[in-house]
Amino acid sequence: MSNLNNLTIAKALELIDKKEIQVSDIYQDLLNSIKEKNKELNIYLNTLPDPLKEVKKKTNLKLKGLPIAVKDNFCVPEMPTTASSKILKDFKSPYESTVTKNIKKAGGVIVGKTNLDAWAHGSSTETSDFGRTRNPRNTNHLPGGSSGGSAAAVAADLTLAAIGSETAGSVRQPAAWCGTVGFKPTYGRVSRYGVIAMASSTDSPGPITKTVEDSVILYQAIAGHDPNDATSSKKEVKNLIKELDQTIKNLKIGVLYLDVEELESIKDIYQEQLKVFEKLGAKVEFTQALDPRYAVGVYTVVQRSEVSSNLARFDGIRYGSDRSHFGDEAKRRIMLGTFTLSKGYADQYYNLAQKVRTLFINDFEKLFEKYDILVAPTSPGFAKKIGSSEGTAMFGELEDMLLEPSSIAGLPGISVPCYRDEKTNLYLGLNIMAPMFREDLMVRAADAFEKNTPWNSWRNNS
Amino acid sequence: MSKIDQNTIKHISDLANIPVSTQETKKLVDDFLKTLKVIDELRQVSVEDVEPTHQVTQLTNVMREDEVAKEKMLTQEEALANTESSHKGYFVVPRILEK
Repeated sequence: MSNLNNLTIAKALELIDKKEIQVSDIYQDLLNSIKEKNKELNIYLNTLPDPLKEVKKKTNLKLKGLPIAVKDNFCVPEMPTTASSKILKDFKSPYESTVTKNIKKAGGVIVGKTNLDAWAHGSSTETSDFGRTRNPRNTNHLPGGSSGGSAAAVAADLTLAAIGSETAGSVRQPAAWCGTVGFKPTYGRVSRYGVIAMASSTDSPGPITKTVEDSVILYQAIAGHDPNDATSSKKEVKNLIKELDQTIKNLKIGVLYLDVEELESIKDIYQEQLKVFEKLGAKVEFTQALDPRYAVGVYTVVQRSEVSSNLARFDGIRYGSDRSHFGDEAKRRIMLGTFTLSKGYADQYYNLAQKVRTLFINDFEKLFEKYDILVAPTSPGFAKKIGSSEGTAMFGELEDMLLEPSSIAGLPGISVPCYRDEKTNLYLGLNIMAPMFREDLMVRAADAFEKNTPWNSWRNNS
Repeated sequence: MSKIDQNTIKHISDLANIPVSTQETKKLVDDFLKTLKVIDELRQVSVEDVEPTHQVTQLTNVMREDEVAKEKMLTQEEALANTESSHKGYFVVPRILEK
């Protein structure tokens, strides 16, 4: 068997169980691939020096020591945690994030830390202070972001699965652009403890994987209450494995945003791809929602405001360099947020945005009275060319326009590949959204879509 | 639309404690105007009698026992490990009071 790094988590576990392969065989192929490709793609900022030493301790645990890549804004003690910023370039965390602790407890090995937009500010992974990541599907294009390194690691088979974090699109948009699966849990379902804070009222860690099943496996490992994060929920974590291979007959699906002007060139593709849901017995209906353009305004104000507050801690005294080392994008965001929270403007901007946010929450509530799940394109188009984000103040917000409404409402969503352009080898993603804490519904639909369409490159290969 | 000029940026730069050059200031005026143009579209939305949402969890007053969490404590050495400047076990901070 060759290229064992191409395996999914589920397949690897199966082969290990049958004693057809050993975990160390996977690492041999994986480490060779990283050596071969990482320089060009610039995915890993740091890798674990001796992963096999860790693997030996994990053989009796669920994930058997399989490699998991983690976005470099999760604190781990064994490697630097930089958030792709020069300010934290030498920072070694004295404590560990709950997510990475849980991955290790489940038997995963954090094989490396992946590149992101500096401080997770962006949707391109071009604003990283350590250079851009390239999209493995087509290296002239961006991987998306801010979890671009994690999505690219999965797409290039430089890991078996990865963890990212999302405030409004940062898991799902890069997952879509790289032709992978991106799972954004309900806000409060996965602990934010030890994740370098960005926008605290929407930050949600989540898996980026090759298949829906792998996302579910990682979700089960990281979801749950954490006393160290007061916003994390005590609700019981459902077993989503049970949702795989289930019927979606009579599931009511509302389709959103296809009439948005920016989607003109891809609208037909989505209309065609959504037919599979009908074939599987679901009831599909096009419907209207509050204009996502307003969510761009809400998200921009909320995100900038929370960023200005969260990044105030980087004073260069206890750790990191001083504030003159912030990159252009971070400066722009911190200052805009300082402005929207400043005397005389807080009412005009911050409070207005939080009121419109309520309108979005109400709008979704109404939609979910009629539909079990909602679906929409993940992004307004294919991965943009290298350099596209440079010199633009609002690149990310416009790329993430279709993800911002449900993100500011705290809803879960999963993006699955739903089309591949043969000429460019670039992918589109389908975003499936559910009510808060109803990850079960979206997983059921996502799994059915993945298994009944040809767009998942790993399922095709197997 | 709010009035944004180089003085606004200088004021914000002080508040945010982020030094910016004259050239950056000019660029930031432009970035601010572009961003605020998008945000200003929110004024078209009617929000009369709408309550603001600051967080979506609906959790309130999440408390814990007032006990020392020993497993989360750092030793002095660990706490100082990432600083560029320490003195006899203390962090060195910039002077804020005049002599």
